[in-house]
Amino acid sequence: MGAVKEPVAVVAGQKTGEMGVALTTLEEALEWVAAWGRTRAMWPLLFGLACCAIEMMATQASHYDLSRFGMEIMRASPRQADLMIVAGRVSRKMAPVVRRLYDQMTEPKWVIAMGDCASTGGVFNNYAIVQGVDEIIPVDVYVSGCPPRPEGLIEGILLLHEKIRRGGIRSSR
Amino acid sequence: MAIREGEVQEFTLEQLKHLVSERALRGETILLNMGPQHPSTHGVLRLLVELDGETIVSVVPDIGYLHTGIEKHCESKTYTKIIPLTDRIDYLSPMSNNLAYVMAVEKLMGVEVPLRAQYIRVILTELQRIASHLVWLGTHALDIAAMSVFLYCFREREMILDIFEMVSGQRMMVSYFRVGGLWRDVPEGFEDAVRAFLKLMPSRINEYERLLKRNPLWLQRTKGVGVISPEDAIAWGVTGPSLRGSGVNYDVRKAQPYSSYDHFEFDVPLGENGDVYDRFMVRIEEMRQSLRIIDQALRRLPKGPYITPDRKVTPPPKEELAWSMEALIHHFKFWTEGFSPPPGEVYHAVESPRGEFGVYINSDGSPKPRRVHFRAPSFVNLQALPIMAKGCLVADLVAIIGSIDIVLGEVDR
Repeated sequence: MGAVKEPVAVVAGQKTGEMGVALTTLEEALEWVAAWGRTRAMWPLLFGLACCAIEMMATQASHYDLSRFGMEIMRASPRQADLMIVAGRVSRKMAPVVRRLYDQMTEPKWVIAMGDCASTGGVFNNYAIVQGVDEIIPVDVYVSGCPPRPEGLIEGILLLHEKIRRGGIRSSR
Repeated sequence: MAIREGEVQEFTLEQLKHLVSERALRGETILLNMGPQHPSTHGVLRLLVELDGETIVSVVPDIGYLHTGIEKHCESKTYTKIIPLTDRIDYLSPMSNNLAYVMAVEKLMGVEVPLRAQYIRVILTELQRIASHLVWLGTHALDIAAMSVFLYCFREREMILDIFEMVSGQRMMVSYFRVGGLWRDVPEGFEDAVRAFLKLMPSRINEYERLLKRNPLWLQRTKGVGVISPEDAIAWGVTGPSLRGSGVNYDVRKAQPYSSYDHFEFDVPLGENGDVYDRFMVRIEEMRQSLRIIDQALRRLPKGPYITPDRKVTPPPKEELAWSMEALIHHFKFWTEGFSPPPGEVYHAVESPRGEFGVYINSDGSPKPRRVHFRAPSFVNLQALPIMAKGCLVADLVAIIGSIDIVLGEVDR
């Protein structure tokens, strides 16, 4: 290990321009690179359900500009996406479809429950709406609001980035 | 409710036999599933498309993926508490939904609305119409691969949302109208913000028009595509810009003026051919007419109360509670029980950005309605999709879906 340690640290440090970063092991260096890659180019699934989808579009559009976080490309195919933003209320009829889309996404993958409906059912405590999307898929970050402001969604995304950075290479499901 | 992979409902051709033609059963045509997760169906619409090569033989919409049970939910809420639910029916035009609902209750109870409240309602619903049309234009253009229009449209939409946030505290789900008037008066700076918007917007609408109106790619994708005749449109109950694109002059604001729309001068833009391009031009022109209405309403905005003094439907002002026993009783009654309209039924329609949005309320004299029904224009307009799409190419389908401007929240409710 001793022989490998130094060059990796130099390479990784050069990439960020932070020569002061001291990396001790190869594993740590790899984890850092993986987290850097995962958070800097995260592709959300192009998938909207209801009202929150409009705020999600607003987050993508010119005023809030999600491409600042390397996320301007939304993929319509779940095979190419690694983040599912459940934007809106999930009805009983839609629930199996959401589950299938999640299953079709390739690892590593994360889920943000955007808005009250996706988090808890929101105002719609009735027969038609699944009371929180976490009944059918695992959720990483919940964003409150009905609908959340674009700033709220961005905050949720940054929180997810933080989680990925801390979690290490094997953290994703 | 745990759902596993195996529980996704699969259909066999046998089950769908009544939806497709004989030729599909013989294997001469292709059946294609589009949605519910699809970038261009504007939500969670599923379409079963039968194709002969690239030509569409038939389209069968499958709806209900966003069924929220709002109508049933209304039966367990008091009349005031239903207002936030109406926001979420057509989430691109909460103001119009609020307006239709509160006006239906006002009609049922015979409540007079002060002129100032009526004018502010008009200003805000017309701003909402522009905001809704901007989302439509952005996504419709995006479907036909004109990306930049989307970015421009959302830029201006933010200005309108800022005004909404100023008056109601929320960007989208405003719940600003109350039975008898408004939640509160518009704040200081409202008029200036609207004036600034009025000043800027005409040049921006020209900009969108310049980007698309004579763009050869746009013309090829929209001219002569998705045609519906005036007779068919009327027969299927199509309303709103989709109907006016076929040249039928019907606008609820003119036909049955409400909320003092008859005080304002505006034109109803009409198309000629009933194709995607005409519906596009009608909506662009509607945005200009909305600006005209807002301008007139703002100039003539009267002073006065913003809500009716009728203590049966509005809570008394806070300071009155300190010295008036009667006010205290009204306050208590209003917030614990709500108000009870007389038994009966009522229908009121407004012109939402998508067409005739109607509210039907059946009251049994209690503080909660017996039945509430929403006549959602998107639901009715979607019926016309198979007629418009028949004989078009499969690539035109996204253009046609965009041009009828459906909101799935409203289709499924």
